[in-house]
Amino acid sequence: MGEIYLDNSSTTMVCREAADKVMEMMTDNYGNPSSLHTKGFYAEQELSGARQEIADLLGVLQEEIYFTSGGTESNNLAVFGAAHAMRRRGNHIVTTMIEHPSVLNSMAQLEKEGFAVTYLKPDGSGKVKPEQVFRAVTPHTVLVSMMCVNNEVGTFLPLEAVPAAIAAAKAPALFHVDAVQAFGKIPLKPGRLKIDLMSVSAHKIHGPKGVGALYLRKGVHLVPRAYGGGQEKNIRPGTESAPLIAGFGAAVRALPEPGTQMEAMARLSSYCRQRLLEIDGVTLNSPEDAIPYIVNFSAGGVRAETMLHYLSAKEIYVSSGSACSKGKASHVLAAMGLPHDRIASSLRLSFSRYNTHEDIDELVNALREGLSSLTKKP
Amino acid sequence: MEEIILIKLGEMVLKGLNRNVFEAALIRNIKRRLNPLGGFDVKTAQSTVYVTPREGADLDAAVERVSKIFGIAAFSRACVVKKEMNAILEASAEYLKPELLAAKSFKVETKRADKIFPLKSPEISAQVGEYLLERYPHLCVDVHDPDITVRVEVRDFGAYVHGPALKGAGGIPVGTGGNAAILISGGIDSPVAAWTMAKRGLELTAVHFASPPYTSERAEQKVHRLLARVGEYSGRMNLFTVPFAKVQEEIMAKCPEDLFTLIMRRFMMRIGEKIARRESCSALITGESLGQVASQTLQAIVCTDQASEMPVLRPLIGMDKLEIIEISRRINTFDISIEPFEDCCTVFTPKHPRTQPKLPELLEAEQALDCESLIEECVQNAVLTKIYPNQ
Repeated sequence: MGEIYLDNSSTTMVCREAADKVMEMMTDNYGNPSSLHTKGFYAEQELSGARQEIADLLGVLQEEIYFTSGGTESNNLAVFGAAHAMRRRGNHIVTTMIEHPSVLNSMAQLEKEGFAVTYLKPDGSGKVKPEQVFRAVTPHTVLVSMMCVNNEVGTFLPLEAVPAAIAAAKAPALFHVDAVQAFGKIPLKPGRLKIDLMSVSAHKIHGPKGVGALYLRKGVHLVPRAYGGGQEKNIRPGTESAPLIAGFGAAVRALPEPGTQMEAMARLSSYCRQRLLEIDGVTLNSPEDAIPYIVNFSAGGVRAETMLHYLSAKEIYVSSGSACSKGKASHVLAAMGLPHDRIASSLRLSFSRYNTHEDIDELVNALREGLSSLTKKP
Repeated sequence: MEEIILIKLGEMVLKGLNRNVFEAALIRNIKRRLNPLGGFDVKTAQSTVYVTPREGADLDAAVERVSKIFGIAAFSRACVVKKEMNAILEASAEYLKPELLAAKSFKVETKRADKIFPLKSPEISAQVGEYLLERYPHLCVDVHDPDITVRVEVRDFGAYVHGPALKGAGGIPVGTGGNAAILISGGIDSPVAAWTMAKRGLELTAVHFASPPYTSERAEQKVHRLLARVGEYSGRMNLFTVPFAKVQEEIMAKCPEDLFTLIMRRFMMRIGEKIARRESCSALITGESLGQVASQTLQAIVCTDQASEMPVLRPLIGMDKLEIIEISRRINTFDISIEPFEDCCTVFTPKHPRTQPKLPELLEAEQALDCESLIEECVQNAVLTKIYPNQ
């Protein structure tokens, strides 16, 4: 039996298409995209090809896509860039308690700078209600930052409420969406949802690590975080990482049709949920209507890390909470108000198109064995 | 909830007997733009076009495309229900839920095109209003300045509920006005000129002058990308790229320097006209705007105009640069236009071009050149590229 990788929301295996493209860009097509000569032109072609690929997937213009080093940088650029650009128009920001640390820690910093931040609290199933958004947005709100899909439990946040709330409060607010866990998995159209800024990342969709993008709606002004030689229209200067960006483009091109992929994933996910519930002491933390790619559960009484290592020894890779917080108690599950022992024993499975029903069977067997050997009374 | 796009026709409803021709062209253009997205039914009744998605079709993308089709005054995304009061009530509460939750005041407007429906428009509005007040107790009715207007239409094929209508691209359907050839550089003006004439129903052919090796592939690429953007409105078109360096070198070598630009432009008109005639176009289009640069003074335009026997349409002639830029931003060509690549007009510019040229001196200067064969060579060597609209 080979390894079983069920930690795809942390990162994914780079697909062959993307790896080949990165190699080609490093060894043959190595020009600087800004160079005027033909070598530069060919590298630039790859860059704009990747940009178009992403723009097409989102239904936006090529020039609304800015490449960054990944989700964290995109989130920082969006949150600080928007807050600073809007500073004169108000100082209130709305976000949720279950955002990724790259948003939450940026918010903490903005609070030190004098911004007032409202954090919306999820209910016990990890959901935020539209009504909470309407109550939170005021005429002084300059930014609403909300993730599309939560990375730990997979819940969808009420994005459609945000533009309505901004319009109703007559707020000048910009709308930022951290779409790292949703990008390439569900159809996501910033135009339809009136999103101004949106963060995406390559390595969650079988692209290379170290590259991501920020969608910045045409006409929206942003204060950059770095200054340099004009690349990415000075929003994110510095010689573009052409190999990684081209690899990102190749990974997007290799994505299966969104509809068919979702169906297969829904089948895999519901099979997984059903098999997990057959085990005594297992409770699901992801609600029924979460994104099928993520299943968070607590395995009664056994500390998450202990179980994780037990599974890891069998080459089954899962995550405890989010990989970014390396074993720290999950702020998401805590915000949901789950009891301590359920948080302490929570594991997250996250799937990719390469996972199979057999992987789930192996996992369930290993979990059973683990539960019986780790909870054995002396 | 089943969603469709309802399209209200533009000024062509004012046409008389040939209105059918315009409607047919519009339907054809809508189908042509939506077909690649897969799965839309397009039908028309009572001055309204209904675009219905089949299973799994991307309605967001369709809305985006419809907003760029000429001949459409306004359109809306609407929710379709049976022509029954209960269904209408339920749909008005659900379809606009986020907006209704966020709003403080609302009103209901009803249009009843189907006169067989038992309730009259005001009665429908009253019932819907009452129901919404019950479902959303925080709302109040404000008929003068509501936060949101809920629109109900009862028509031939069903009842429709929608919010505010979106503005269409206006104009008249492309293809109803004949064909014309746009002389396109890589600048801000010519794409706007092309768009403006497509808006009045013209089908476009494009002619671009390139000067390799002085200009780069990037400059030609830029023109392709610009036209692909214009194509979102005008539909696909043929682009002829004319190798122009030899003509420029000849003019440079044999004519007075201060007349260079004007003689070059006269060549462009003549080459453009030849290609246009061959491609069955009846006019040329340029992006000239009076007084913008030395070659666009009235006197200069008199001199270039004389070079072509075809009518030359100059839709931007009376516009300020800022007005042109505003349109180019709106049609998303501006960001591409300002990319800084050398084009054929910038490679050999005289230091002091003449602003008040006289036609006779131009004609005399051109005596030094073998105009006919230079022009013929350019026309023969023009390369065809098919430009497809951006997706």
